[in-house]
Amino acid sequence: MEKIYYLPTHEYVKIDGEFGYVGISEYAAKQLGAVTYVDMPEEGDELTANEEFGAVESRKAASDLYSPVSGEVVEINEELVDNPKLINNNPLEAWIVKVKINDFAEVDNLMDPAAYAEFCEKEH
Amino acid sequence: MAFHRYLPHTDSDIRAMLDRCGAKDFEDLYSDVTQSLRLKKPYALPNAMSEPELDRFFAGIAAQNREMTCFAGGGFYHHYTPAVIPALLSRSEFYTAYTPYQPEISQGTLQYIFEYQSMMCQLTGMDVSNASMYDGSTATAEAMIMAVNASKRKRRVLISATVAPAVAQVCSTYASSLGITLEVIPEHDGITSKDELEQMLGAGDVAAVIIASPNYFGIVEDYSGYAELCHGHKSLLIMNCHASALGVLRSPGEWGADIACGEAQSLGMPLNYGGPGLGYLCCRKAHMRKLPGRIVGATTDSTGQRSFVLTLQAREQHIRRQKATSNICSNQGIMTLHASIYLSLMGAEGLRKVNEIGYNGAHALAQALIDTGKVRLVNPDKPFLNEFRIETIEPLTSRTVLGALEAKGILGGIALSDNEIIVAVTEMCSPDDIDRYVSIIKGM
Amino acid sequence: MNKNLYSPLIFEHTHKGRKGYALPDYGKGEICLPPVLLRSNAPELPEVDEPTVVRHYTNSSNNNFGVDTGFYPLGSCTMKYNPKVNEAMVSRSGVANLHPAQPALSVQGALRIYRSLEKYLSEIGGMSEFTLNPFAGAHGEYVGLRVVRAYHISRADEARRKVLVPDSAHGTNPASAAMAGFEIVEVKSRPDGTVDMDDLQSKLDETVAAMMMTNPNTAGMFEYNIPQIAEAVHAVGALMYYDGANLNPMLGIARPGDMGFDVMHINLHKTFSTPHGGGGPGAGPVGVRKGLEEFLPNPRVTEHDDGSLAIEFGEDAFGRVSSWLGNFTVYIKALAYILSLGADGIAKVGPLSTLNANYIMNSLKDLYRLPIPGPCKHEFVFDGLIDKSTGVTTLNIAKALLDYGFHAPTIYFPLLFHESLMIEPTETENIETLDRFIEVMREIANAVVYSPEKVKNAPYTTPISHPDEDEAALNPIVKYEDLHHEAL
Repeated sequence: MEKIYYLPTHEYVKIDGEFGYVGISEYAAKQLGAVTYVDMPEEGDELTANEEFGAVESRKAASDLYSPVSGEVVEINEELVDNPKLINNNPLEAWIVKVKINDFAEVDNLMDPAAYAEFCEKEH
Repeated sequence: MAFHRYLPHTDSDIRAMLDRCGAKDFEDLYSDVTQSLRLKKPYALPNAMSEPELDRFFAGIAAQNREMTCFAGGGFYHHYTPAVIPALLSRSEFYTAYTPYQPEISQGTLQYIFEYQSMMCQLTGMDVSNASMYDGSTATAEAMIMAVNASKRKRRVLISATVAPAVAQVCSTYASSLGITLEVIPEHDGITSKDELEQMLGAGDVAAVIIASPNYFGIVEDYSGYAELCHGHKSLLIMNCHASALGVLRSPGEWGADIACGEAQSLGMPLNYGGPGLGYLCCRKAHMRKLPGRIVGATTDSTGQRSFVLTLQAREQHIRRQKATSNICSNQGIMTLHASIYLSLMGAEGLRKVNEIGYNGAHALAQALIDTGKVRLVNPDKPFLNEFRIETIEPLTSRTVLGALEAKGILGGIALSDNEIIVAVTEMCSPDDIDRYVSIIKGM
Repeated sequence: MNKNLYSPLIFEHTHKGRKGYALPDYGKGEICLPPVLLRSNAPELPEVDEPTVVRHYTNSSNNNFGVDTGFYPLGSCTMKYNPKVNEAMVSRSGVANLHPAQPALSVQGALRIYRSLEKYLSEIGGMSEFTLNPFAGAHGEYVGLRVVRAYHISRADEARRKVLVPDSAHGTNPASAAMAGFEIVEVKSRPDGTVDMDDLQSKLDETVAAMMMTNPNTAGMFEYNIPQIAEAVHAVGALMYYDGANLNPMLGIARPGDMGFDVMHINLHKTFSTPHGGGGPGAGPVGVRKGLEEFLPNPRVTEHDDGSLAIEFGEDAFGRVSSWLGNFTVYIKALAYILSLGADGIAKVGPLSTLNANYIMNSLKDLYRLPIPGPCKHEFVFDGLIDKSTGVTTLNIAKALLDYGFHAPTIYFPLLFHESLMIEPTETENIETLDRFIEVMREIANAVVYSPEKVKNAPYTTPISHPDEDEAALNPIVKYEDLHHEAL
């Protein structure tokens, strides 16, 4: 089974070997409502953990995206360009960027699914 | 009796209302405002004026204003305002409305903004227009900020020395609070130096290049190759143009620009001592999501009829709060209606004719002025549309020339220096006005 | 929409060969510029006759709601009556044909308007001097904060990069502060919506440049601790900024300058009755207390000893924010308003606007949830209905009001409550209007109980209903040309 970790700003990273798929959590997708646009970085951009790398927009709100890990963007999810609603349909499948992770130690600072669930509970 | 015609309550209304609130007097409603903060004495303001008194007061103001035949431009031009426009603009369903946040009862506003956006895209050759900006200078500053944001990391912006000084100053003001370095591209003989631009671009880190057409001296510059040059350095090209001229001049879209902006007062808006005018801001589709301000979009309602709504609001300043990337929250509202009506009445043909009158009048005036031997053109071999720069020949100066014209009721232009003046001609300057201008100079 | 012959877009009325202009005969002849400088194709603009243009826009105006149409209780927007004499005075003052670059001596009347309004606003605000140049409220906020920055720089105190903003603030406050180059620090509100003094104290230090406040705040409550707040902010060397969006209830009661504010802006299109114009043109004059005048933006209108007025560019100004002197005709309207009411009338505006708000609040608080008990000032916030069991939201109530011929209140702002419904009646509404509004609000609250679905599906009588806003944002159609492709 894939390992998945979360930031308090509701982004997840799904670990797949040396790569991580970054997206937004189900909780965040629900809060945001119908996603109308995803502002994505370009392939080759370097992301830094806990720093902004893009934004997700719904009709009346924009939410900045923070990266859970540092590393180079090796792929962006082109499907989201034409069909941003995929994020609402299945946020965990609709990853936004694929990153080559620089430092796995950073993952230790993230929340596991249980800790994240508890965090969301409190926030609500 | 009610105190004033705008304040309808009578004493008994007030008593009944205070009772409903459980208050014995107004003081009860303001008990939270400490006495030490209270207004200690009546406002030092004039006593109320009745309408006849107001009328007299403003007539007195008018008597201290002097209308002149206007040969001044510099970004603001005296064009005719068709009578239809003030008649329609005075429909108070339009002008007493707020921002169209409730689309169900704001289709009037939303529809004219959509029409305005469509027309501005036609004029500029761009894909998207916002619902307008405050004026040409703030529109250009917002274009600059937008380009810097689109570039993500670049911090330099280059602006041609041929862009109007007020526009450059406003850009510089905004640049200084946002950590943007605004640098001036030198001009030679009234033309942006392409060589120097290339060098400046070569130094890297340039988010955008700002140029003007026609430029501040009235010259229509040849910007062939500019877009390619900018794009080669991954910089955006921003063009500042006054809107009326776009009826005939090559559009920013055709020059390959990425963002078009400027002042649209030239679309028949009264001079009104400088405002309100209308700033416009348009861009290519690729940058639509970075375009600041309001945007109106078309959609359908639950019965399938075409409807208009404010859209892409996630970008907007008041939603973004501290993440905002622009200083525009509203727009120039009713002035976009003015622009839509003007362009509907004129059509492409009328707009071309207005430009022809300005072009032919300006060229006739320029030639006649040269022939007086009292002034010369600063850039005699450069193409211009309806505005040009002259230089006075000693002993004449800008001051004496403009003074002599003013004495005869002519606003002769805008002095750029002790001996340089920019002169503009529109359809409001008749052949007789042009003859008078020339004969006054001849007689000096 | 009102379906008739004239309601399609003006482009759709095009008939090749028609025209709507009449131009003089002189100046004919082609433009002889190098072809590279000219358009290759004419712009595709409508080709229509004049009567069609008039009918099209007249019909379009019938699909609009303005203050002249009916009650507009839009919180925080101060949609008061826009006096007609104000409009008439614009043409009376003879500014239509004045070019902004005219010599000052030929425009003394226009400059007198500027100067008079500036003086009257200074008196009302308790400030030393105003610039009228900013085009709108947000623009004014930017200008005010740049003045703050220029002041600190002039004292070699550049390290101040923080601006404190209450969490209840208008969205433009943090946005303008960010544009002015500041870092924003939010100050928490107490349950009654006023500033949490402990939280404020913990955030005050030598890195703070200014505190921005709206008073009364966005919940319509007067910040009764304002003397202490100003003292604490000034104690660390920071300045107090007053967002004048809610100035209306303070007229005749207290002046921002006397409350301890150093810099402020005023929305002429709110407090001073100039029309909103469907979004503009507005004006956001900025006032400063003594000692800060030199930092105001260029150009400035100054008075010579002989009483004549001039336009000057000061060296210490932080910069320039407009091509000329701003939205000039708006000043004429605001001046006409002040002169119409006079010193005594202006002083009545505040209390009467507050009375109207409290009257509505007290007449509805048994059905709508009032999170902050009154008395309020010019506006107040309900947190939706008391009975939340039906699932009817603030949005539903807002839309239901449209069917009764009222504009909706401001909804989902301030962010302090989930179901904010913010009502500001203004002082120009009479008791019959207020009573009818109260009656309708009660009718809606009652209708919710027996037929919630009916309320949820409102409005029914408006020109359009339930436009698909998600679709509009997903596939933006933003011009006529795009419509061709989408066949809407």
